[in-house]
Amino acid sequence: MFRYLIRRILWAIFLFLVITFVTFVIFFMAPNNPARAMCGGDQAGPVCLKTATEKLGLDKPLPVQYGLFLKRLVWEHSLGTSYATSQSINETIKQAAPVTASLVFGGAVCWMIIGLSVGIFSALRPRSLIDRAAMVFVLIGVSAHPVWIGLIFSYVFGVRLHITPIANYANFFGAPPDSGLPGGPVQWAYHMILPWMTFAILFAALYVRMIRANVMETLNEDYVRTARAKGAPEQRILFSHVLRNALLPVVTMLGMDIGVALGGAIFTEYVYQLPGLGRTSVIAIQAEDLATLEGVVVFATIAILFFNLIVDLLYAWIDPRIRLS
Amino acid sequence: MALLEVKDLRTSFKTEDGIVKAVDGVSFTVEKGQTLGIVGESGSGKSVTCLTIMGLNAKRTTMSSGEALWKGKDLLRAKSSQLRTIRGDEMSMIFQDPMTSLNPVHTIGKQLVEAVQLHRDVTVRVAKARALELLKAVGIPKAEGRIDDYPHQFSGGMRQRVMIAMALINDPDLLIADEPTTALDVTTQAQILNLMKRLQEDFGSAIIMITHDLGVVAETADDVVVMYAAKVVEHAKVHDLFNRPQHPYTWGLMGSLPRLETDTERLVQIPGQPPSLLRPPSGCRFHPRCPYVMGVCRTTEPKLLATERDPSHLQACHLDQETKDREANKLIESTMAEVG
Repeated sequence: MFRYLIRRILWAIFLFLVITFVTFVIFFMAPNNPARAMCGGDQAGPVCLKTATEKLGLDKPLPVQYGLFLKRLVWEHSLGTSYATSQSINETIKQAAPVTASLVFGGAVCWMIIGLSVGIFSALRPRSLIDRAAMVFVLIGVSAHPVWIGLIFSYVFGVRLHITPIANYANFFGAPPDSGLPGGPVQWAYHMILPWMTFAILFAALYVRMIRANVMETLNEDYVRTARAKGAPEQRILFSHVLRNALLPVVTMLGMDIGVALGGAIFTEYVYQLPGLGRTSVIAIQAEDLATLEGVVVFATIAILFFNLIVDLLYAWIDPRIRLS
Repeated sequence: MALLEVKDLRTSFKTEDGIVKAVDGVSFTVEKGQTLGIVGESGSGKSVTCLTIMGLNAKRTTMSSGEALWKGKDLLRAKSSQLRTIRGDEMSMIFQDPMTSLNPVHTIGKQLVEAVQLHRDVTVRVAKARALELLKAVGIPKAEGRIDDYPHQFSGGMRQRVMIAMALINDPDLLIADEPTTALDVTTQAQILNLMKRLQEDFGSAIIMITHDLGVVAETADDVVVMYAAKVVEHAKVHDLFNRPQHPYTWGLMGSLPRLETDTERLVQIPGQPPSLLRPPSGCRFHPRCPYVMGVCRTTEPKLLATERDPSHLQACHLDQETKDREANKLIESTMAEVG
């Protein structure tokens, strides 16, 4: 177990180096001059350009620049300052990350609840009416684009039925006083319902299909027959013998998909005007603010690495074959 | 009263290609403490027979008829809750592949304790003590240290021992062993068979030994049922079957046993393939592969009847008694000659 842990952590560090390097190179190679962006784009004067170039270290060779970037990141925990607004990128991300985290984790909870309940039920009653209805849902879920789903949801539930808000974010811990904005856990969840559903639908569909297939396959395993031969009741067989085995691959997928889902969050944030990382990067792109964009990418990378590590450890806890190998 | 009395058991499966009659009119009885061997090729219906008795076929696609009287009570008409109380307690089963028959995410201790607690209202501590007792009985070395190990930490032979321990843990009256040694290497096979024999003496359980290996039958069984294409073709005491086999299919099986003494290049085999159970052959189901085939075999199905000299020896073949005796003797003599 301990060796497994060490191996996973070393692997995460290695991945961190590779990914930050690749990110750095991509942004360095981009046909864009950060110094010019810093000096106000087209109106940049030569003096400003020169100081900006020196300040950003753009005159130094590439490996040195990467070293400086890494040093700043690791020792100063700083993602740098925005080219466009000169604000600390750490501060920008600190504002935006909780919004995206609310969306992604709340969404993941939603898609797991839907995926598990519908997937397991479909597997136990294949070809039943509910199973067929679930498969139609899967088809719609994997085919429809989140922006389209988001617009339909806002129109139906917000504009027509008036049961949910259609935009903006409410802070979980309460809005700043005198801001006149909604806040607190209830408002937070109320504002997030549509984004969660929009965000979750694609993955819920994929997970229904995956969980259904896994459970059906596990039900045919020899050890399930052994459990029946022992005289175990069906409910016990399902929970004690089937689900734990069937959900092993789902845990792995969940770790990977939360990373993938971060990308999808951009669309949902855009539709519901949530001030999260996705919208931050869209604004940064429009302002040619590479530093902020790079900050978001690096931050997302670290977050994904961290969650994958957690999933690996969780996996070892669930599956004894990994724990002991 | 017999422990288990199976009468005219029929099981068919609905498949996309049509209805497969996997078991077609099988009857036999198992007495207390006795061993019944069921022999046949893959797909002859021997496993399905036992899965039907245990009620372990998939309900949605299976249809069964006939009777399986367990201590006088018909298992085929029992409620699933009643079957559950019998399964694993009075009647238990071990399977062909020990590598996949244990749940990989639970320790063997937990799986054994579960088997006890499903049928006895005892604490985990008592159940675990019983589990340990059984693990020792089936010969797991250092059982105390291994009870909390996971299945993947055991070899195939050891896992089959664990399966046997699990099957015997509630002291069942009947143990159904579905090819328990097929997936094991030869030395382990012998160990497992000896173990089962010894445990049968200790526990007094009856055994149904499903196998395709006549050697296993000769070593373990009291009675033998030979199955071919979902039907019983011969049913006799083990001694009678080996001394006076009455059915050409049984001759084929005996003839294809590998022998160390002869210098043949190839093993003798029964020509052809077992028939499809979707569309079984007309008349006697063995006729397309039978070297003694006559006209009547193609049109009329032979009944399972007692031989003239022995009412306990049943066979289903149109050949006359004289021919059968001659061919059986030839087979026995050739075997003896090789051995002698």
